[in-house]
Amino acid sequence: MAAPLLEVEDLRVHFETEDGLVKAVDGISYTVDRGETLGIVGESGSGKSVSSLTVMGLTRARNARISGTVRFGGKELLGASDEDMRKVRGDDIAMIFQDPLSSLHPFYKVGNQIVEAIQSHRDVSKAQAYDRAVEMLGLVGIPEPRRRADSYPHEFSGGMRQRAMIAMALANDPKLLIADEPTTALDVTVQAQILELIERLQREFDTAVVVITHDLGVVAEMADEIAVMYAGRIVEQGPADTIFNAPEHPYTWGLLSSIPRMDAPRGDELVPIPGRPPSLIHLPGGCSFHPRCPFVRDAHRRVEPRLDPVDGNSRHKVACLLDSGTRKRLWEELQAGVKPGDARRDVIGIGRPDADQPSQDAGLDAPRR
Amino acid sequence: MAAYIVRRLIWVFFLLFVVTLITFIVFNVLPAADPALLRAGRQPSPELVESIREQFGLDDPLIVQFFRYIGDILPFVGGDGFNFGFSYQSNQEVLPQILDRLPATIFLTTGAVILWLSIGIPIGMVSAVKTGSWLDRLTMGIALIAISAPVYFLGLVALFLFDDSIGRFPLLPGSGAYQDATTFFGKAAALIMPWCVLSAAFAAIYARFLRGNLIDTMQEDYIRTARAKGLSERRVIFRHGVRSAITPIVTLLGLDIGILLGGAILTETVFNIQGIGRFAYEAIVRFDLPVIQGTVLFGAFFIVIMSLIVDILYAFIDPRIRY
Repeated sequence: MAAPLLEVEDLRVHFETEDGLVKAVDGISYTVDRGETLGIVGESGSGKSVSSLTVMGLTRARNARISGTVRFGGKELLGASDEDMRKVRGDDIAMIFQDPLSSLHPFYKVGNQIVEAIQSHRDVSKAQAYDRAVEMLGLVGIPEPRRRADSYPHEFSGGMRQRAMIAMALANDPKLLIADEPTTALDVTVQAQILELIERLQREFDTAVVVITHDLGVVAEMADEIAVMYAGRIVEQGPADTIFNAPEHPYTWGLLSSIPRMDAPRGDELVPIPGRPPSLIHLPGGCSFHPRCPFVRDAHRRVEPRLDPVDGNSRHKVACLLDSGTRKRLWEELQAGVKPGDARRDVIGIGRPDADQPSQDAGLDAPRR
Repeated sequence: MAAYIVRRLIWVFFLLFVVTLITFIVFNVLPAADPALLRAGRQPSPELVESIREQFGLDDPLIVQFFRYIGDILPFVGGDGFNFGFSYQSNQEVLPQILDRLPATIFLTTGAVILWLSIGIPIGMVSAVKTGSWLDRLTMGIALIAISAPVYFLGLVALFLFDDSIGRFPLLPGSGAYQDATTFFGKAAALIMPWCVLSAAFAAIYARFLRGNLIDTMQEDYIRTARAKGLSERRVIFRHGVRSAITPIVTLLGLDIGILLGGAILTETVFNIQGIGRFAYEAIVRFDLPVIQGTVLFGAFFIVIMSLIVDILYAFIDPRIRY
């Protein structure tokens, strides 16, 4: 089997600040194969954007301490020279960003911005590059591309701007496209169009895609693999089907039950994840999700979970201290409509030494009241 | 665009009218001396003072005097075209005297602008790109000193050090040399010191301003995009960063040029350059009201015209702006 297109191994990105060491990304590993789509999901501050900017060599802060390996097509990217990284960016790996208005230069015409991207990697004339830019704009579904290429970004609508960004990103036929919250800033109706467009172009160009999002709904359709990040680490990783149908991490459950579903009965409440993401300087001891986890046990505050395969399935990995059997039962309960707090009593209570101590229960329930 | 410019020009006239009115009120309602007495010379007979008062209509109500003044300025209203009145001191027409002194002020301003831009902009860019480096700290420290040193102090120090007649290191033509010089290069040489002194604070302000702007701009999303598409860092900084960061400088520059064309009073006074600023200074000292009004009106004119030009230029620099 050929080596994967992108291999990230034990990537750490720490920032030294006056308040302490911010562990934005703390030892994550994933691979992306050619033509495959990986979804990286997490709340803001979970390190998902930082990790992919680091892959691009765009983590430029002087206080950043980066370690681990990032191999692209077998070539190590961390520590590559500026010029080598420049050649990779926009050619082998392209990136689109959250806010397409602020991501395009306001003073230059859209066509010329694409031309610039092409000419920095291809030795072609301005006219040839411009033709290619117009072709790309047509390909991403911008009507009258030759006329629109002569417009400024502010003359485009939000969706069109993101299309233009995609056209720019794909102009050099990259092997990997990193889409950082590509639809977050867009209207709901436009979101689906943009996702469809990315999928269609991915098939046409055979591009691998990394989609970074806080919204599991975005990756539901597109992703082959999903990695769920929490506080700088991957807490659950696996094929998209598995993540949606048999997730085993309480955080993933939380993410799933906070998405509105069309097939849920009316009046069904969404269940938010209580609390806020932890400070990346002072991570909670043990499992870093424990302060927000409805199923926490005492030992979870001390022992750090490892990202281990579930039931010997090497593709599905979870970093949770509950044993797999308990997790499966809990997920079934939740599926059946039991609220997390109650599920805890029913399932976790079995064999739980402190199950009868009301004081602890009260403390754990507090955020839900 | 055309409609916008017409609208703005109407504003220009209105503003200049208001400026004239205010100057007129300030000097007539709170007079420091009797204009007729000033005009009459030393120890005049009361008859002379009275006849001057009558001749210039100084007994008329202020409002009549004001509109007579405005009428004389406007070419199609009063008698003989643009007439800003006569100097109390020299009895000469004000306008030709101002025009006579304009070249010196323009020369001083132009040279200083070129000098401070060519110093301030590179320094601003370098310190923004190398934020926190020793070069950044050094240049910004010097800039702070330059901003804090007033022209009359810096000018005197420069004369003390380099004036070719009184200086410790007699290298450069000093005070009054501009009037004595007859050739273009002679005049330029005479302006070297004034240019440097006048530019110092401006160069420092522009460097700091550009530095701040560029640092902010380099945090923009479109800079990240420019890097993500694989542009060289040089291109990212110059074509994407500086292009945006330098735009607000146009506003600053336009207004500064306008202000200086109205007379760099301190510089012209310290170096004894017979420009508009020096002219205004002398007029103020001698309570020469027509000259004061003329120079104030000229200064205001340059400022409003320059700000109009800046606004029009902006539409070409920033495509998002449409009038």
